[in-house]
Amino acid sequence: MSLDPATVRRIARLARIHVENVEAEHLARELNGILGWIEQLNEVDVEGIDPLTGAAQMAMRLRPDTVTDGGIPELVLGNAPDRAGTFYAVPKVVE
Amino acid sequence: MSGVIEGRDGPWEMVIGLEVHAQVISRSKLFSGSATEFGAEPNTQVSLVDAAFPGMLPVINGECVAQAVRTGLGLDAHINMVSRFDRKNYFYADLPAGYQISQYAHPVVGAGSIEIELADGSTKRIGVTRLHLEQDAGKSLHDQHPSKSFIDLNRSGIALMEVVSEPDLRTAEEAGAYLRKLRTILRYLGTCDGNMEEGSMRAGVNVSVRRHGEPFRTRCEVKNVNSVRFVMQAIEAEAARQVEVWESGGTVEQETRLFDPARGVTRSMRSKEDAHDYRYFPDPDLLPLVLDEAWVAGLRAELPELPDAKRARFVAEHGLSAYDAAVLVADQETAAFFETVAAGRDAKLAANWIMGDFFAALNRTGRGIGDSPVSAAALGQLLDLLANRTINGRIAKEVFEAMVDTGESPASIVESRGLRQVTDTGAIEGAVDRVLAAHPDKLAEYRRGKDKLFGFFVGQVMKAMAGKGNPALVNETLRQRLSA
Amino acid sequence: MLTDLSLVEARDGLRRRDFSAVELTEAHLDAVAALNPRINAFITVSADMARTQAAAADAALAAGEDRPLLGLPLAIKDLFCTEGVRTTAGSRILEPFVPPYESTVTANLLRDGAVFLGKANLDEFAMGSSNMTSAFGPVRNPWTRRGDNRPLVPGGSSGGSCAAVAARMALGATATDTGGSIRQPASFCGIAGVKPTYGRCSRWGIVAFASSLDQAGPVARTVEDCAVLLGSMAGFDPKDSTSADRAVPDFAAACRRGVRGLRIGVPREYRSDSMPPEIEAMWQQGLAWLRDEGAEIVDVSLPHTKYGLATYYIVAPAEASSNLARYDGVRFGRRVEGEDLTDMYERTRAEGFGAEVRRRVMIGTYVLSAGYYDAYYLRAQKVRALILRDFTDAYAQVDALLTPTAPSAAFAQGDKMDDPVAMYLNDVFTVPASMAGVPGLSVPAGLDGQGLPLGLQVLGRPFDEETVFAVGAVLERAAGFRHLPAIWAGAPA
Ligand SMILES: [Mg+2]
Ligand SMILES: [Zn+2]
Repeated sequence: MSLDPATVRRIARLARIHVENVEAEHLARELNGILGWIEQLNEVDVEGIDPLTGAAQMAMRLRPDTVTDGGIPELVLGNAPDRAGTFYAVPKVVE
Repeated sequence: MSGVIEGRDGPWEMVIGLEVHAQVISRSKLFSGSATEFGAEPNTQVSLVDAAFPGMLPVINGECVAQAVRTGLGLDAHINMVSRFDRKNYFYADLPAGYQISQYAHPVVGAGSIEIELADGSTKRIGVTRLHLEQDAGKSLHDQHPSKSFIDLNRSGIALMEVVSEPDLRTAEEAGAYLRKLRTILRYLGTCDGNMEEGSMRAGVNVSVRRHGEPFRTRCEVKNVNSVRFVMQAIEAEAARQVEVWESGGTVEQETRLFDPARGVTRSMRSKEDAHDYRYFPDPDLLPLVLDEAWVAGLRAELPELPDAKRARFVAEHGLSAYDAAVLVADQETAAFFETVAAGRDAKLAANWIMGDFFAALNRTGRGIGDSPVSAAALGQLLDLLANRTINGRIAKEVFEAMVDTGESPASIVESRGLRQVTDTGAIEGAVDRVLAAHPDKLAEYRRGKDKLFGFFVGQVMKAMAGKGNPALVNETLRQRLSA
Repeated sequence: MLTDLSLVEARDGLRRRDFSAVELTEAHLDAVAALNPRINAFITVSADMARTQAAAADAALAAGEDRPLLGLPLAIKDLFCTEGVRTTAGSRILEPFVPPYESTVTANLLRDGAVFLGKANLDEFAMGSSNMTSAFGPVRNPWTRRGDNRPLVPGGSSGGSCAAVAARMALGATATDTGGSIRQPASFCGIAGVKPTYGRCSRWGIVAFASSLDQAGPVARTVEDCAVLLGSMAGFDPKDSTSADRAVPDFAAACRRGVRGLRIGVPREYRSDSMPPEIEAMWQQGLAWLRDEGAEIVDVSLPHTKYGLATYYIVAPAEASSNLARYDGVRFGRRVEGEDLTDMYERTRAEGFGAEVRRRVMIGTYVLSAGYYDAYYLRAQKVRALILRDFTDAYAQVDALLTPTAPSAAFAQGDKMDDPVAMYLNDVFTVPASMAGVPGLSVPAGLDGQGLPLGLQVLGRPFDEETVFAVGAVLERAAGFRHLPAIWAGAPA
């Protein structure tokens, strides 16, 4: 599997990272270097192996249904680059 | 609404599946301790977890899991004892983490079904593919500022159950019946309030069309339709559009569309090229959700009687028609009201009164069954007065209207207004004689064979007795006098 | 000099009233003022807060309070959110971010009386092995090669924490390890560092890199100092679903257990022809020390070791690509305006993230994307299961494993920068334990021919940090590592 600059631009778009066209070529080479190296995993026989998501070998604890948080709009909004009253503000979205 | 669309070159069949997002009834959110109440000031029911601050972590609310399991049990569905949460990755202004925590590969509830009743009295079983838990997004307001959208995260992180149906629905009517039935079940279970106006139940509709006997063709999803009526209209509009596309030689593209109720058409959502690349993967902040057999059994034991079981019981126990039973169980409060009125009384009469005068009075007064001017006990008392012949049927209607207007008990209305029925044969005979004497011409006609004038004489006698005559005695006395 | 004391020595000195917490803190703040301009170990120095905390500690000491860390000045990796103190994760995108909350680990340290000197520099979002990726400039390793003053890297990503401790600007520091970010820089800086079992320390309030791997741990100049710090940092936290509900043992006591009767495994796959002879020699020396103290040395096999790194470079970027989606310029951090929402996102993230972070987010996005998930991410998860199985099998035969910590000593700033894969190879010995979630420790064992420190790594069974500490302490005593870096508080200027 090899990335071309068009795929790099599509991935960059998915990741919401602006990439100039000139960068895409260079990035494609870099990412291909990493992906080529990663492909050594194809040697491993994984037949019948259950995938492992994390090392924590336990089941999930359930939290009681009580209201313990919220009511802190100034903390929630205090770091916002742009706000309007108690709303966050972003460039207008057209549906 | 037959489900068949007559195209230019022959009929088309609709194939419909529904994806319903039902807001879970819980005090706090799915993965945080903030409140879930509707209508709070913007961003006041938001924790740093809901706003996805750096280092914040989700911890699951056990009650939301219980609500999903209850719903699964209510849908006769398979409960998956091990399920898992995945991240659905996409960027949007009201999705703070840049991903929604959902259950993609391993939902908590598997296959189940819902039985719907159709207008012709038939029923149909609709498959439920799955039910999974997920987080709601926040809300974007686009109309507050010329160049900005405003974001309120109060809804962000509230638990939703997504209930996905099989593509078993064939008409808009069936889709409407499915939605109403699902809503009834959710309300019986107390797992979702089903309020579509406040957005606590939102439907997405998958629609395709095909020629009879064909495999499925490409479907389109019409998103976020917010009433049963609009769902039905959206299906009709979208199916008609697809027929037009196919018949004019085009191809229906799989896409997400929006229904415009004002114009009655669906339109394509601004194309999202990453809509189909959500990069789902297991959320590493969470662990597998492993249910305990005894815990699930406990939830099952506490389930209320559900509408289908209740309807069957109403038919078997109370002798109601399937239709009447279905109407009465459509709402849990109505069913309970009926059972109170019917207890120890003529159940069919109780059903007729509730579905007739009682529903009409609620409609007229704009009240619901919860704040009805006539309680179940009072309506029962009225039926008792009928049964023991204190009043007749005609007077009963008058008493009922007085109960609606005044809230007084039927007994006191009957007493204070002197509405007891007259069973004194002397008084009835006197009234009959006076009526016959006053209408010699009609009497002559009757005797010449105009039998239907009998009703005229009954009316006149009842009128003379201010409606209080015992109808059977009036009839009997009249018949004697006329045949004499 | 007060800055020459170990954390335990300083604690005992405070208890004896040999000096005050304010004096101890001032000595370290002086060291920071003198050395940080050269080493760049701190992004933010919180001198006023430290002085207030030290004064409070003195009052508490006077009142007879005895908390484990009362009055002890520490550096906090700038990945831990600290209430009211800017937290950058080494990234431009978080440059203005002041959290209104305190991470569980740092809250535990404050509960136990610690003094926070400031926020330690790191690779951006903890992605790196050299500290070259920090948006706040590289950290310089206090050590230099003999006769060569070129600046060396401190390792990464906890390079600022390790450099601060090695240079005696702090008694100890918090750090985090995702693929080796505690053990590798500890080795490069000649100090001790412990990555506990996954789930031992709460992740709540730590800026996430790769959630299934991230673990907090301490770095300090002695193994016992690490044990004392971990005792405070660790503990069950209901706010972290992956936090283990287990009692915290007395790690410091475990440092005195010795290794008699322990079976120590030597994983044969860690040996390679390309390993520098000095590192091989140090490894053999470590095994000899343990044998001398009564341990039995056993050859074991971890057959999937060679696939650890490639697995890591799928799993960690995949999780990171999702974890870093929240940096979008809407609720916190920097925003770069754009033509519309999408353009705003793309410019904010292009300018806010450095090259290595962008690279990893792109890799992570790619390996999760439609059509590639099974080939990359799913396969990596399966190999991860095999790596865990390797450790489980090995721990059926042995109580702990001994390996070198890193394949080299500290390298020069600017080296390995043009080949990401060459940089990633730094973590070859540390990554497998991260994938398996097992605890690990690096202890300085000696110097190489150029005078740079080399570390040995001890790995243990899940939640058996006590054995890891016992082995580490024996190695530490045997090695008698007393060397000082070229730059340290108290060195002739
Ligand atoms: Mg869906
Ligand atoms: Zn959904």
